[in-house]
Amino acid sequence: MEPEPPAAFREKAKVMDAEAIRRALTRIAHEVLERHKGSDSLALVGIRTRGAILAQRLAKAIEAVDGRPVPVGVLDITLYRDDLSRIAPNPVVHATEIPFDVTELHIVLVDDVLFTGRTIRAALNALTDLGRPKTIQLAVLLDRGHRELPIRADFVGKNIPTHLRERVEVRLAELDEKDEVVLETPVDAEVR
Amino acid sequence: MGATLTTSRAAQTARWTRKDLLDLRTLSAGEIRLILQTAESFREVSLRPIKKVPALRGRTVVNLFFEPSTRTRTSFELAAKRLSADIVNITTQQSSLSKGETVLDTVRNLEALKVDILVIRHAAAGVPHLVAKHAAASVINAGDGAHEHPTQALLDLFTIQEKKGRIEGLRVSIIGDIAHSRVARSNIWGLTKLGAQVTVCGPPTLLPPQIEQLGVRVTHQLDEAIRGSDVLMLLRIQHERQEAMLIPSLREYRLTYGLDQDRMSRAKPDVLIMHPGPVNRGVELDSSVADGPFSVILDQVTNGLAVRMAALYLVAGAQGKPEDAGMFPADA
Amino acid sequence: MAKLLIRGGHLIDPANGRDGRFDLLLERGKIADVQPAIPANGARVLDAANQLVVPGFVDLHTHLRQPGREDKETIESGCLAALRGGFTAVCAMPNTTPPTDHRGAVDFIHREAQRLGLAAVHPIGAITKDRQGKELTDFGELFGAGCIALSDDGHPVADAWLMRRALEYAKVFGRPLIQHAEEPRLAAGGVVHEGLVSTTLGLRGIPSEAESVLVSRDIALAELTGGWIHFAHLSCAQSVELIRQAKRRGARVTCEVTPHHLALTHEAVEAFNADAKVNPPLRTEPDRQALLEGLQDGTIDCIATDHAPHTEWEKAADFDSAPFGTSGLETALAVCVETLVAPGRLSWSRLIEKLSAAPAKLAGLAAGTLSVGAEANVTFIDPSARWTVDPQRFASKGKHSPFAGCTLTGAVVRTLYRGVG
Repeated sequence: MEPEPPAAFREKAKVMDAEAIRRALTRIAHEVLERHKGSDSLALVGIRTRGAILAQRLAKAIEAVDGRPVPVGVLDITLYRDDLSRIAPNPVVHATEIPFDVTELHIVLVDDVLFTGRTIRAALNALTDLGRPKTIQLAVLLDRGHRELPIRADFVGKNIPTHLRERVEVRLAELDEKDEVVLETPVDAEVR
Repeated sequence: MGATLTTSRAAQTARWTRKDLLDLRTLSAGEIRLILQTAESFREVSLRPIKKVPALRGRTVVNLFFEPSTRTRTSFELAAKRLSADIVNITTQQSSLSKGETVLDTVRNLEALKVDILVIRHAAAGVPHLVAKHAAASVINAGDGAHEHPTQALLDLFTIQEKKGRIEGLRVSIIGDIAHSRVARSNIWGLTKLGAQVTVCGPPTLLPPQIEQLGVRVTHQLDEAIRGSDVLMLLRIQHERQEAMLIPSLREYRLTYGLDQDRMSRAKPDVLIMHPGPVNRGVELDSSVADGPFSVILDQVTNGLAVRMAALYLVAGAQGKPEDAGMFPADA
Repeated sequence: MAKLLIRGGHLIDPANGRDGRFDLLLERGKIADVQPAIPANGARVLDAANQLVVPGFVDLHTHLRQPGREDKETIESGCLAALRGGFTAVCAMPNTTPPTDHRGAVDFIHREAQRLGLAAVHPIGAITKDRQGKELTDFGELFGAGCIALSDDGHPVADAWLMRRALEYAKVFGRPLIQHAEEPRLAAGGVVHEGLVSTTLGLRGIPSEAESVLVSRDIALAELTGGWIHFAHLSCAQSVELIRQAKRRGARVTCEVTPHHLALTHEAVEAFNADAKVNPPLRTEPDRQALLEGLQDGTIDCIATDHAPHTEWEKAADFDSAPFGTSGLETALAVCVETLVAPGRLSWSRLIEKLSAAPAKLAGLAAGTLSVGAEANVTFIDPSARWTVDPQRFASKGKHSPFAGCTLTGAVVRTLYRGVG
């Protein structure tokens, strides 16, 4: 049995604001282009839901620098989660929408927060079921540590030290009305 | 992208908490929509080079068919395999009661082997309900007597939604042997719950009593059922009906209720022709219509797979302890 | 045997017009005295305070299954169930294997019942040989052996010509023919009432007309022949009305209704509950209301259980395969109290009459009364006891009931048969 999740959280610190997020994505765009020496054979795949939004923004940032559009896909990793038999009801499944063949492409997988690494493990399986990319790299807005699998990010917007029980809330304007990243801390000690 | 996100948020409003999928009568419109939305996501899996996801890895599904069926059984089998479940097919035609063994004995034996999902087809109405009441495993009704065939109706709804973009407000006519049709019953529930206007059409001998109380319009005139309908759903007429004197002959049925090119000329120009299969060509449906441009019969078969994947995925998820799926950390 | 004084109870004996505080003295298995107050004088005293003391019930329609299906019920388990339900006499339907269509079968039932000595068992003989509806049985032999009526129950006598001859010939003996009124072709394959429930569940229906068509025919035959027809287990409004009219015309027509048809409608079958699968099927609310009215106005003569026990595994089959019938002896009283007495449709006195004196009269039995000199068959009822139906605790081997889990008012607390119990 895992420990029960905390009942409530309160905001501890604002980690990034809209401008910081924008700058981080611009920097990652430059790093990606530099690493790949341009955008040939390059495609972005965002992990639902916020990774997909970030992938769209990153694609625009790359296009702004390089002048050429980058294909973007959306990956739903629900069916690849390693905890499906432990949660009920099953989470809602959404479609994977990757409108290109991943084989022989350099794929940059995009997600908002890198934490235990289990989502990325699921995403790698899902992606390799779709074809055989030439390379897969990982871009994340935040790396909060506490890895449970041997996974690391190739491009990181910001590294933040966190406690295991803390929560990182990424809010993006497309879904949450504004751009910000907030670190939250459990208040269960006060509640119970 | 924006549109996709909107639908995904809508889907999150409904939740699937049922162990079994037994009928559409007791499902809410929200639950039906959730299955259709889930199926929408699963459709993409079948378009991949590797048509398989690991969602039900380690789960065991049993196709327990007490009545022969190639289509439905194959569809469930492929659906289970594409979800990485292990599947066993048991097809038995003998009435087990004749051996002094009940359906429940059979099910208890399977449960002793620790199976997770039972997909049941039986000639008697209510068998899946009976099994669901006694079994810990999830039960999916794959057709019980003249009662219901929920996954068939769901794939019909899915196909209509896919072709017409909506179900609400559409006029759907179900034509043929309503009295003995589980497909008709499930479709009546599903369509009316999602806001379609349903007409049932057939000779009085093949319409069950008080069917209009299920919220459908009744007509005995085929032309009336055709005129103005967005969807024409034809049902298979069985030879036994002739023997039971419910229709004078199959020839007579074709003359009065068969859908042919001539009658199609009275249909809407964008009508959909549907049939749960197998088609009695030249009886309820003329070959030229079955294979014609308005027919979506093969789309129904394709969509059946996605719908059954959704059904298996959802009932499997309702088995474990009820924990909040939403607690899953943002990255885990 | 010593004297037994039943003291302090509220005695209801409709046959003698008693309904009030009476003591009852039993001696040597007979009723020795009934008085407002009887001194003990050395008699053992049984305190019946707050209880109703009534005549042992008589069931005109019981399936005891023996010989043939002793796994469903035996004469012994059936009698024990009867006593639990307050019945001291049951009339055993002939659909056994072999059927009660000859003297040997009648004698077997009598012998077995006598050996057990638990309750009175009165055989009903078959109308046709092997209940096939083709050749008449030897009526004189069967009545001579002690049958109280003849019936092919489970099957109707479908052949109008044969039924006419049977009604005519039975006049010799002054006993009724009990018809299971169901037109076989209209009912063929049906498992529930034909209506909204059968349509919704996709089950084959049996229309009300399957019953009323045959009721109508048999009334005509009874009027033609002057014979006595008794209709078993009425289920629908049309039948009640047909019989009401026939009785007004003076036809020799009597009938019964079961507690489950009085209490339930076809909606009890919802979710494929095979415990509510009975023949004739439970019908609609208007039908149920008509049955209640028929019982109130005397069109329906008595209440009979149609106790039809089956094994648990048979009833646990799918709805189509599960056999018709319910275990009814042990719930009859409480179901009637809930359905008839509590809503004020029948007084206690009239309910007791419909369960004792009325069926006894139809069966031609000197039973169902607490007259001095009568057999000491006495049932004690706690009219306010609440209990929950648990078929597993039935004395009957038929451990199934559409009332399983229902909490009912009115409990039989003791049944004396010939002064013992």
